[in-house]
Amino acid sequence: MGGRSGDGAVVPTPDGISPYDAPWHRKALGLTLAAGAIGAWTIDAARHARETLPDYAALSYYEKWIAALADLLVAGGVLGPADLVQTADAPPAAAAAALHPKALRAEAVGKILGKGSPYDRAGPAPDYQPGQRVRTRTDAASAVAAGGHTRLPLYAVGKVGRVLLSHGCHVFPDSNAHGLGEAAEPLYTVAFDAADLWDTVENPADEVTLDLWQSYLVPDAG
Amino acid sequence: MPHDSPDHHDHPNSLLPSDPALRVKALETILIAKGLVDPAAVEAILTTYETRVGPHLGAALVARAWADPAFRGRMMDNANAAMAEMGISGRQGEHVVAVENTEATHNMVVCTLCSCYPWPLLGIPPAWYKSDAYRARAVREPRKVLAEFGVTLPQGRAVRVWDSTAEIRYLIVPMRPDGCEGWDEARLARLVTRDSMIGTGLPRSPAEVA
Repeated sequence: MGGRSGDGAVVPTPDGISPYDAPWHRKALGLTLAAGAIGAWTIDAARHARETLPDYAALSYYEKWIAALADLLVAGGVLGPADLVQTADAPPAAAAAALHPKALRAEAVGKILGKGSPYDRAGPAPDYQPGQRVRTRTDAASAVAAGGHTRLPLYAVGKVGRVLLSHGCHVFPDSNAHGLGEAAEPLYTVAFDAADLWDTVENPADEVTLDLWQSYLVPDAG
Repeated sequence: MPHDSPDHHDHPNSLLPSDPALRVKALETILIAKGLVDPAAVEAILTTYETRVGPHLGAALVARAWADPAFRGRMMDNANAAMAEMGISGRQGEHVVAVENTEATHNMVVCTLCSCYPWPLLGIPPAWYKSDAYRARAVREPRKVLAEFGVTLPQGRAVRVWDSTAEIRYLIVPMRPDGCEGWDEARLARLVTRDSMIGTGLPRSPAEVA
């Protein structure tokens, strides 16, 4: 949605105000993080599940999260569709089953959150160097899977920028989201002049940077 | 009837109640009943970001960078190593890049694709950071967005908006205000707001916290 017109004002909130507008927002985040620990999907598959919800634009932020969580649980074989129906119609009153072997334990939370999971990997040397001009590919669609996940925003398709930072190789979401392997490739921060992205700019000196994988880029012929 | 949705093979979430609070409750019930989620773990995750991990950690990092030029150099070179010196690490902060504001350039961060944010330094993103309005507009009209935060930049200062489309997380290091010479780190940290580390705000003035 980057660059889309028609949205209203941003409503800032001071420090210390809850990031959740409703109690179920908080629970949606907590359940998503806890269930993710089972390991049935990757962060890229989770983003893809949210972004391909049929009613994406109509759903609020945490509605996307909870809808995607249900879809991921079924796609990952953790739950069957019947489990969701049963819950919807008649929540089971039985005592909780023994905790799944991979379920996140409360005592492990601090360690898991503190550790994180790095996404940098060994891989090929970068084709581009900081300062070099590059062009983003002209098609926003994934080149890996038809209708698949990608992280090249529409507003930055077919644009010329210059490499600002080179981050080594990172897991490639276009592949990893579909269980096709991590396929790590060089990742760059590329800076674009605002005037090269938008017809009207607030100030010709302004820039936007994006983090882009190498296969999103081609050399700029100049 | 949600059960009749033609969508439910690819999108079985349509089998859940449509009201969001009810569907969260329904999913919570089934996950706990099946032993897939430990409710105490859910609470532990949420309270971590409510009590232990939040913008005070980012502020401590920035304050140390302001107070200690050698630390600042290390942080600009490798933010994760500098964070580790202070015992800060974690999920959604595995690959942090610190970006300094200068007289020439003001930096701000957005994630137009979702809501990527440096959790170990700033906690869970505020609602506005996740809003469609911020995600849509920050890249196209950052100065209008900044004005909505009460920030007006001097003429001649460029704006660079960082759209964090990968797993790199950006921490904006605001310019140290005048009038806090000789302050220790704890006092300096009180100048550093969450929004000043996203780039939608500026630090408090020393007079505000003196």
